[in-house]
Amino acid sequence: MRTDLYQGHDYLLMDELLTEEHRLIRDTARAWVKQEVSPIIEDAAERCEFPKHLLPGLGEIGAFGPYIPEEYGGAGLDQIAYGLIMQELERCDSGLRSTASVQSSLVMYPIWKYGSEEQKQKFLPKLATGEWMGCFGLTEPDHGSNPGGMTTHYKEDGDDIILNGAKMWISNAPFAQMAVVWAKNEEGRIHGVLVERGMEGFSTPTMKGKWSLRASDTGELIFDNVRVPKTNILPGRSGLGAPLSCLDSARYGIAWGAIGAALDCYDVGLRYAKERKQFGRPIAGFQLQQKKLAEAITEISKAQLMTLRIGQLRNEGRATSAQISMAKRNNVDMAIHIAREMRQVLGGMGIMNEYPIMRHMANLESVITYEGTHDIHLLITGFDITGENAFK
Amino acid sequence: MAMKFLVCISKAPDTTSRIAFTEGDTQFDANGVQFIVNPYDEWYALVRALELKEQHGGSVTTLTVGQADCDPVIRKALAIGADDAIRIDANPVDAMQVATLIAEQARQGAYDVILCGKETIDHNGSVVGGMLAELIDAPFISLATSLEVEGNTVKAKREASGGLEHVQAESPVVVSASKGMAEQRIPNMRGIMAARTKPLNVISAEESAQSASVAKFELPPAKGDCKIVSADEPEELVRLLREEAKIL
Ligand SMILES: Cc1cc2nc3c(=O)[nH]c(=O)nc-3n(C[C@H](O)[C@H](O)[C@H](O)COP(=O)(O)OP(=O)(O)OC[C@H]3O[C@@H](n4cnc5c(N)ncnc54)[C@H](O)[C@@H]3O)c2cc1C
Repeated sequence: MRTDLYQGHDYLLMDELLTEEHRLIRDTARAWVKQEVSPIIEDAAERCEFPKHLLPGLGEIGAFGPYIPEEYGGAGLDQIAYGLIMQELERCDSGLRSTASVQSSLVMYPIWKYGSEEQKQKFLPKLATGEWMGCFGLTEPDHGSNPGGMTTHYKEDGDDIILNGAKMWISNAPFAQMAVVWAKNEEGRIHGVLVERGMEGFSTPTMKGKWSLRASDTGELIFDNVRVPKTNILPGRSGLGAPLSCLDSARYGIAWGAIGAALDCYDVGLRYAKERKQFGRPIAGFQLQQKKLAEAITEISKAQLMTLRIGQLRNEGRATSAQISMAKRNNVDMAIHIAREMRQVLGGMGIMNEYPIMRHMANLESVITYEGTHDIHLLITGFDITGENAFK
Repeated sequence: MAMKFLVCISKAPDTTSRIAFTEGDTQFDANGVQFIVNPYDEWYALVRALELKEQHGGSVTTLTVGQADCDPVIRKALAIGADDAIRIDANPVDAMQVATLIAEQARQGAYDVILCGKETIDHNGSVVGGMLAELIDAPFISLATSLEVEGNTVKAKREASGGLEHVQAESPVVVSASKGMAEQRIPNMRGIMAARTKPLNVISAEESAQSASVAKFELPPAKGDCKIVSADEPEELVRLLREEAKIL
């Protein structure tokens, strides 16, 4: 890949709405990404392997649970700081951001919100530094958009439970030390169970053959009579609302992340259009190319404003699931569209690994599917505004 | 020996900023411009001071002449690892004024090594360090590409034409840092959190006389088109250099 020449784009002077510390955190993440990740990301994606040597660095820049209180190893930051870090990670690669999102929002968040004090002390500090990695098992082979139908279940046996079932499409599974697994008890109620690597009957085969999110490891979780102590059940909340509240946090991070991917595609497209000459002038001078670039920065600016507003509402504890869903859907769709348009701005060069656009475009196909597909998010907004449930 | 380091830090527009002027081309237009720590101050001077403190003990204080809009870059220096910061609350207008204000603090704080960048990347003046050394009557090592301390002796290397010059001086000494003295250090989250509570002492400054002022800023002429002359036509190259570029 070429030298990473990325520079931020802030058409509406949104930086003035951020604090001095927000900007420092964002610029730090950006500098770290440029130094440590940009030079190797293309190779990692080609080899289809998450670059694990980055884990301590991700911990150091605060990418793992930055909003978790300091007493549990987090940084005690607000939601906007979290969003800005996700933006900078996905500016480089959606897979990199996925690894950090899962760790923060889907593993640390439920332990922090619903875990016992012992569970928080045991897991959170190690997860915050990246010494331990976690994964989140909700989706099953036969239950994707409808996770409430899950069949993974457990029965009680003295001080333990015996867990059976299988999860699929699980980010970080192949190398995670632990998994937050959602499973039904004997009454059919969903609970979160902390399953640790090494427990007998627990395995995590890698899923091979992805054309998208290749720099993130995805796998299955298989539970064959796994004995787990009852102290590993999250005591604070049960029911489908528990995993869904984690998805709120992750979807919020994705909304910021998608802006990052869009910014990178726009940045590359704009620079290329100014440099590439055809018919004796830079292609940036042709109206059709200007249309693509002008629409891209407009959509990015709109997404930035919407997402910042949702960050403010989340800081006040007022953002609704439906509002977050809207931002996730809008921003990922916006990013995919910009990736496709900017790829065309680069002509043939747009398909080469010398530029990041094709990788972003392929990655975003996962991002538009996981954490609720684009369609499902339309139904969430539809339900919210009409009061009519179109899911079933 | 543990040393007291003072590192002079200023803000500079990000290198990708769009440069424009206002007020009849006498003022820089800062609207929408991102400011960064002047890279020579940050990457080389500050980081080297921190490395030497880590090896020998001591303290690293940063000093900035500027108004409250400098606080973000000062906070970054604290996040990278400086112990505390001083901001002299004055609008920096010329090098002599800045050097005079720094000299006052440098004397009071009894620092052993005062570091500054070789220049700021906006005005490229390169003179504050030399003026400061003169004002506090200390030796000045300019454009140092490496820096070591041994006891009270400060040893530096400078790039001389075609080779290296090894220079040494007894502290207190003023050194201006050039590329190569250290590698960029990216702050980490712990550093950013610690910076929240590190002292940033703001000192008010008396109005000082301005010895020079900017009459006008001018942008460099736009880059012309590149002309490629075939290797078989040296006469054409000479003609172009003589008649069009008029440099022969
Ligand atoms: C790379 C990657 C990483 C992932 N990581 C994780 C992870 O870490 N943890 C985890 O638990 N899951 C993870 N997932 C799973 C992801 O959340 C699911 O793929 C997603 O929820 C969709 O489920 P599905 O693939 O089974 O599709 P399905 O639910 O079968 O959907 C197929 C199609 O039908 C549509 N559809 C479904 N229901 C309706 C309806 N009611 N109305 C209209 N249309 C409908 C969908 O929009 C979609 O277009 C990951 C997925 C990918 C691709």
